[in-house]
Order: sequence, then structure tokens, then C-alpha cells
Amino acid sequence: MMERRLWREASFDLTGKILRINWLYVLLLCALAGVGYTALFSAAGGAVEPYAGRHLVRFCIGLILMLGIALIDIRVIQRLSWVAYAGGIGLLVLVMRMGHVGKGAQRWIELGGLQLQPSELMKIALVLALASWFHKATWERIGNPLFLIPAIVAILVPVGLILKEPNLGTAAITGIVGSVVLFAAGVRWWKFALVMLPIPFAAKFVYEHLHDYQRARIDTFMHPENDPLGAGYNILQSKIALGSGGMWGKGFLQGTQGHLDFLPEKQTDFIYTMIGEEFGWVGAVAVLGLLAMIVLGGMLIALRCRNQFGRLVALGISFNFFMYVFVNIAMVMGAIPVGGVPLPMVSHGGSAMLTVMLGFGILMSVHVHRDTEFEGAQDDR
Amino acid sequence: MRRDTRRTGVFTRRALLVMGGQVAVLGGLAARLYQVQVVEGSHFETLANENRISARMIAPPRGRILDRFGVPVAGSRINWRALLISEQTTDVKATLDAFSRIVPLTDYERARIDREIHKHRHFIPVMVREFLSWQDMAAIEVNAPDLPGVLVDVGTTRIYPYSSHLSHIVGYVAPPNESDVANDPVLALPGLRIGRAGMEKYHDLALRGRPGAVQLEVNAVGRVIRELDRTEGIQGDEVGLTIDAGLQEMVVSRLGDESASAMVMDCRNGEVLAMATNPSFDPTVFNAGVSQAQWLEWTRDRRTPLINKATSGLYAPGSTFKMAVALAGLESKALSPNDRISCPGYLDLGDTRFHCWSKGGHGNLDLRGGLKNSCDVFFYEAARRTGIDKVAAMANRMGLGTELELDLPGQRIGLIPTREWRMAQGKAWNIGDTIVSGIGQGYIQVTPLQLATYCARIASGRMVQPHLTRSLGGVIQPGALPEDWPTVDLPDKFLHAVREGMWAVVNEAGGTAAGAKLPDPKIQLAGKTGSAQVRRVSRELRESGTFDSAKLPWEYRPHALFVCFAPYDAPRYAVSVVIEHGNAGAAAAAPLARDIMVDTLARDPANRTEPPGAKLAATTK
Repeated sequence: MMERRLWREASFDLTGKILRINWLYVLLLCALAGVGYTALFSAAGGAVEPYAGRHLVRFCIGLILMLGIALIDIRVIQRLSWVAYAGGIGLLVLVMRMGHVGKGAQRWIELGGLQLQPSELMKIALVLALASWFHKATWERIGNPLFLIPAIVAILVPVGLILKEPNLGTAAITGIVGSVVLFAAGVRWWKFALVMLPIPFAAKFVYEHLHDYQRARIDTFMHPENDPLGAGYNILQSKIALGSGGMWGKGFLQGTQGHLDFLPEKQTDFIYTMIGEEFGWVGAVAVLGLLAMIVLGGMLIALRCRNQFGRLVALGISFNFFMYVFVNIAMVMGAIPVGGVPLPMVSHGGSAMLTVMLGFGILMSVHVHRDTEFEGAQDDR
Repeated sequence: MRRDTRRTGVFTRRALLVMGGQVAVLGGLAARLYQVQVVEGSHFETLANENRISARMIAPPRGRILDRFGVPVAGSRINWRALLISEQTTDVKATLDAFSRIVPLTDYERARIDREIHKHRHFIPVMVREFLSWQDMAAIEVNAPDLPGVLVDVGTTRIYPYSSHLSHIVGYVAPPNESDVANDPVLALPGLRIGRAGMEKYHDLALRGRPGAVQLEVNAVGRVIRELDRTEGIQGDEVGLTIDAGLQEMVVSRLGDESASAMVMDCRNGEVLAMATNPSFDPTVFNAGVSQAQWLEWTRDRRTPLINKATSGLYAPGSTFKMAVALAGLESKALSPNDRISCPGYLDLGDTRFHCWSKGGHGNLDLRGGLKNSCDVFFYEAARRTGIDKVAAMANRMGLGTELELDLPGQRIGLIPTREWRMAQGKAWNIGDTIVSGIGQGYIQVTPLQLATYCARIASGRMVQPHLTRSLGGVIQPGALPEDWPTVDLPDKFLHAVREGMWAVVNEAGGTAAGAKLPDPKIQLAGKTGSAQVRRVSRELRESGTFDSAKLPWEYRPHALFVCFAPYDAPRYAVSVVIEHGNAGAAAAAPLARDIMVDTLARDPANRTEPPGAKLAATTK
């Protein structure tokens, strides 16, 4: 007991914090960035420029950002949660007002030369806000529906704003991530069941109010063979690339679908297809395994943490990463409709990389401060 | 505290549940990947190869057409073409300006090039100029640094060394049209030509050859990345003709400016040694496409340059038909070689009088005399005795008014009338029709090809069929030997009687073509004249005594015909000549036929394996 208290007092010691960083986890992230470097090197036809080199630079910046955030006291982060949430909502409103239009949707804003997608930041801010809301709540309070209403509103406001952009995929992911945080916080099962029931009707309603391009995306997903040269082209070519890779792949830089430009957007959304084509099922599953280790590693950090805020944040951020991985990989093999979701830390793109690394920074801060006590909070052990 | 521990327990359970869900989902993705990549892998591999490999066919070189001595009459010439790949030059205009300094381009060409550059993707070569000379080509190669994006490529184009002299036999090629391509996709290959007429058409499939194939790796927009595999095409077969190109040229020059046709045939096997029709056209024009002005000029010319008169010109045979009447009479016993018929200058039948060409009559004549003098009354009477159906049967048997097995498209059949034919028209046959048929007038229509075949059958006694193909792919085709053909089923004495009459026509004083006698007394010509009226001459005009067909407008003058064979004692060559509106056969056609026969006998192509003069040329080299 004495020793633990000492730890808590010493938690502001910088050296101690650096030692408490999960370096194994950092190594996994470096490995994933290495996979991205290799794939982007191939996507550029066997050249460092224009993708792989920049990818490396971004990762280094992201790594410094992450380690910096990891050292910030978790209590500071908790106090700033609602500020971050408010900031995220503000950015979402801003992007609606003056955002750039891509594929018929307002999604990103220019900020000092950096393309920023507020919806990506919003997911992390939402996780923080929800964790903050629940971290002091007792089991009884969580059972009180009135206590839940603000949390549900906190989820629905950004989901609604992202839907309005419109960005169906990210809105759905945001909603799911928020729900999972609620679930982990201890919201009763039957309440989820109550919300789940009307979803099919809601889905029908949403489908009828979709933009044409979104509906086309779903239609082609259902029947890609109807339109092999149009909207179904991407999915079909991606499946051909993956399938032709076979068990062992065509070899590094030997992918015909990717290098002969049959594969669209191979450096961004379809980078995983490129890996599957060149390194086969074995390579694709190895990368999937690495991603799984990062997801589950994040979940383990959540389980290991002793304060409720850190647990919920770590779970939310890991789950957010998991959603990225799932949506991207399922998309490239034609299991769910295509929707501009990159494979984090592998796909080319600066803003996504930084957002993901920001999330990992907070995750790492949870790990560093896993034994930190919150004033006035109930110690769970 | 207890309650909060419960909260922690709930978190742990639910987090583990979420982790389990994540593992299940990621495992599901791995399984799905296994399905796509390993289970269905070969299917997708096929699709990936279909994506990247573009198999293209290469047009095979078209087979040559040779004359009987192996002299090319249709071949392929190398066609140097300059192409421009617009993406390889920074300034298309500057490159074309530089090109114009070497090979001047017209504004029209510049406009076409600009149009094609805009129409195609920028890596597809656009033709700048074809049919470049070797010098131009060399100059372009030397100036390559000033001509970025320009490359020289070799194609082939069809050439006809004998040009218009053989165009009706050899025919021509032209780019295939859409329906051709629909039937055979190979024809869509650039540069491939299809035979449109003559031997080019008849032997088109053999001449085309087999296309080669090249497998190219292409990217998503169709740019060729590299060549994976190449199989060259196989050149089409060589077609060897029976024609002697040298003799053909001589025959054409003999025809001069007349609208006429002439044929030389080997009597013993039906090989066509020369088949000339005048005027003619230049077949190379069709390769690139015929201008409308040229087309109008051809179609408006009343001398019909586009029609092969030898196979498609229909003429009344006139007196040349008399041998068929004689043979029909002899075979049906209606006439014997020694029967004599008296000619007072006309034959009365009921109240119709049929005139002999000789107003005063020929007196008492046998068959030999009848042929020699071409007495009309003799053959009026012979036809009347024999009957039209037997005459028609004999004419058909000898090759007149019937379809011959000629290997050239566009042959016309003509007509030998019979009672049945007339009945089919809903009219009754008149005896008067039989009478005029006896001298090859009336409804009878034949072609010069049929006349030559008819003459060859009389001369050789074999049922030869005219043909133009001697060898295919180097293999001599059946029909080259006399034994390949059955004999005419007629007693030799009948054929002999007719041949003797034809001999008298040329070699006896008073014969209608006595002027056509050959200069060398050892080789004798036998023949028969004919004049075919194109317009009925009224009795008043004929009896006025002032009738002279030479004074009629050109298109109303009778056609002049002559058929002959030589040598008389061992027939080898048969010649038929038809001069449109040439007036009398004796005056116009017979001397021409004789000259052709002299040329033929001098070259003697049927007994040679090399063209005359080839040895001489070889030794002087």
C-alpha cells in the first residue's frame, strides 16, 4: 500500500513516465508504418517518391506527437474532454460552412496546409467526452435513464452533423464507437436491445434519403456484376487483384493489377489489396495479424488501467482503430459498400495518420497513468 | 465500494466480450480472404490475365498471283509509312513543320492528322504519310532528332505489275466492309484487304493466309507495356494462272482502241492463255478507294471498261454459230456431209422471205461449201431440217449458252432458245425463229468465252472447260492434261467435216476469211467469221441496194466476230475475237484473230516451261 502511494506521488516524474510507456506497443506501430512504407513504395512503381518517403516523415512527426501526448497527465486530458468535444463540434459546423467539397460531400478544411477531417477528430473527442461523463458514475446512476440522456445526445449531435456532410460511413462508425463506449460503461443490455429494434426501419428511411452516389455505392455492392465498368469497377478490380494474388502472392513489385493501373486508388483506400496481390493470402493475413495485435493491445491497456476514465478512453480509441481496419479491409474484398475509409498508418494521407497517432498518444497516456487516481473519483479496487 | 467493484467487473466482462467480437470479426475477414485468394484464386487469376494481356492478330502477307511462267501479276510491295505518336513530342505543330521540310504535307493532310490526334489517345500512332519512297524514309530516319514522336513503319500494299492489261482476270482488293468483318473478325486487322473481283476474289481465302498473333501486356487505359509473345502469320498461297502475261500484253495491244475482247485458249485442256478485254481499268486504284469522278467516268463510258466482255459480254454469235447447226444436223442424220442444198439468195417460208447475205445466191453447195461461203440459206435449211431443240442441245454441248466451269466470278450464261423456253414465255415457237437461229441470230446470245470454248471443243474433240487456275500453292491442279477431259461424244467424221469447212474459210480462194491465211504454209489456220446485227435491217433498206452498215452510227453497227484454231492438222490453240460494232467479221475480226494466232504460235506458251526470251535474258546478264 505504501509503495503504491509512492508511485502515485511520483507520477509526475518524467523519467518514470517514459519508462512506463508501452514500448512494445510503439514497436508494433512502427512495424505497421513499415508495412505502409513497403506498400507505398510498391504503389509508386518501386520508388520512394511520391508516397513512401512522405509517409515515413509523417509517421515520425506522428510518433513525436504521440509520445508527447503520452506524457500529458490523464487528469489534464480528462479535464479538457468537454473542451475537445466542443472544439470538435465547432469544427464540424465550420466544415459545413466553408469545407471543401469532395465527391459531393463537405469533409475537410485546410488548416495551415494540412487537410483536416473534423469527423476523425470528433470520434476521439466523443470518446473522451463519454468517458468523462461515465468515469464518476456509480452502477446505480448508470441504470438511471435520465443520466443516460445527455450521453446519447452527445453521440447523436456529431453523428447528425457528420450525416449532414454527408458522410454516411463515418457517421455510422461514430455512432458505433459511441455505443460501444456506452456498452463498456455498463449501460444495461435491454436498453441496447430497445435501440437496436427500430434500426432496420431507420436504415430504410436513411436509404431513401441518401445521395445518389451513396445509393449507387450500396447498389453496386449488392450487385457488382451489373456494372463492371462503372461504379462496380473498383470492387471488381480489387477482388481480381486480391484473388489473383493467391496463397503466396505475385511477389514484391510484381502485382499486375496494381502496376498496370487496373486497381483504382491503390495508394489510399485500396492499399491493402495491393499487399494481398503482391504477398498473397499469407502476407495479407500477416498484416491482419499485426493490426489485430494493435487492436487487442489497446484493449489490454484498457483492462490494465485502474481508473474508469482511462479504461473507457482506451477501449473507445482501440475500438475506433478496429472499426477503421474492419471497414477498410471488408470494403476492399467487397464485403461492405465502398466508402473512402483508409487503412490507418498504411494508406497514403497525412491527416488520417496524424489523427490516428493522436489517438494512440491518448491511449499511451492512459497506459502511462494507468495507476493514477482521480480526485473525488471512486477507486474501483 | 462494493457497487463500484461491480462496475469494474461489468467493464472487464464487457471489454472481454468486445475483444472476443473483434477477434471473431478479424478471423472472419481472414477466412473471407482465404475464400477469395486461395479457393477462388485461379478464377481471379484468369480475370487478372484477361485484364492485362491483350492478344492482337497480325495481318498475314497476301499470297502472290503468278502467270503460267511464274511471273508475278499480283504481289505485295513494301509500304513505308511515317507515324506520329503525339505524346512523344512536346510540340506537335513544330514536329509536323519539321516533317514538312523533308516530305511536304498538304493543308488537307495536316487537317486530317490534327483530327486523328484529337480523336485517339495520345500514345496511339497516327499515320502521317504512307507510300514513302526509300529516300524519304532515309531522310526521316537521319533527321530523327528533329522529329520527336515520328516513327517509320513497314506495311504492305498490293501491286499489279500488269496493271490494266490483266485487271479483269486478276481483279483487285479493297478494304473489307462491315459485313465482311462481321463474318470474319480477322478482317478487322488494319491493312488487311479482301479480294473484290477476279482471281483475287475467287481465291481470296487461299490468298489471305493465316494471321499471326502477338500477346501484349497492356495497362488499364490500353497502353502497351511490353510484348509477351509473338507468332508470325503465314503468307497466303501462291496462285499460278494459266495466263501467259507476255501473250496477254500482246493481245491487248492488238486490240488497240476497239471496244473488243479476245481469248486465246489451249484447245486440248481448256487453259486460258490470254483473255483480253478493252478498254480496261487500273486495279491499284481500288486499294486506296475510288474517287467519285473516276467512278462516273467508268460507268458513263459506253465502251464499259468495268465489264469483262470476254465472260460477261453477250453477243449474237452470227455465222460463227453455223458449225453448231452443222454438227446438230449431222448427228441427227438430218444432214449428211455430202448433202447439197441450193441457194438462190433467199429462202421462202410461207409469205416470209429469208435472205442470204449474198444477194445473188451461192448456187448448189455441200456442207464444206456452205461453211466456206458462210451461206445463210444452207444453214436456214439445215436448221429447219434439224429442228431448234436439237440445234440448241448441240450448241449447249459445245459450250454455247451454258454455264462453263470457269474459275472467275461474274460469268454470264447467255441464251440458246428452245421451244420449252419460248413456251415458258407464254409464246409459241415459230418455224421462222428456227430459221434465224440457223445463222446465229434471233434470240441467241453467247459470250466470247463460250465461243472460244466451242471452237476448242470442235478442234480437239474434248469437252474442255475454260479455266484460269493452273496451280495452287505450287500444286498443279487437275485439268492441265488433255486426258483430264472426256472426249466429245461425236463421230470423228462429223467433226472432221466441220473442221474442213473452217479450213476452207481461211485457206481456199473465195473463203469468207481468205485474207486471214497464215504466212507460214506449214501451219494452217481454220476459222469462221460472224457478224451479229444489233438492229433489224428492214427489207426496203436491204433491197434498196444502198445499205452499208459502215455508215451507221457506231452503236448500231453489227458486231464483228471470228473464231479459229491452229495448227489445222494438230489443233493446239483456239482464238475468239469479238469487236463491238466492228461491222463484218471477215474484215475486222479475222485479221485481228490471225495476228493474235501468229503471236501465240510464235510464243507457243503451251509447250514451254519458261517465257520466251528468259534464257536470252539470263545469258546476257
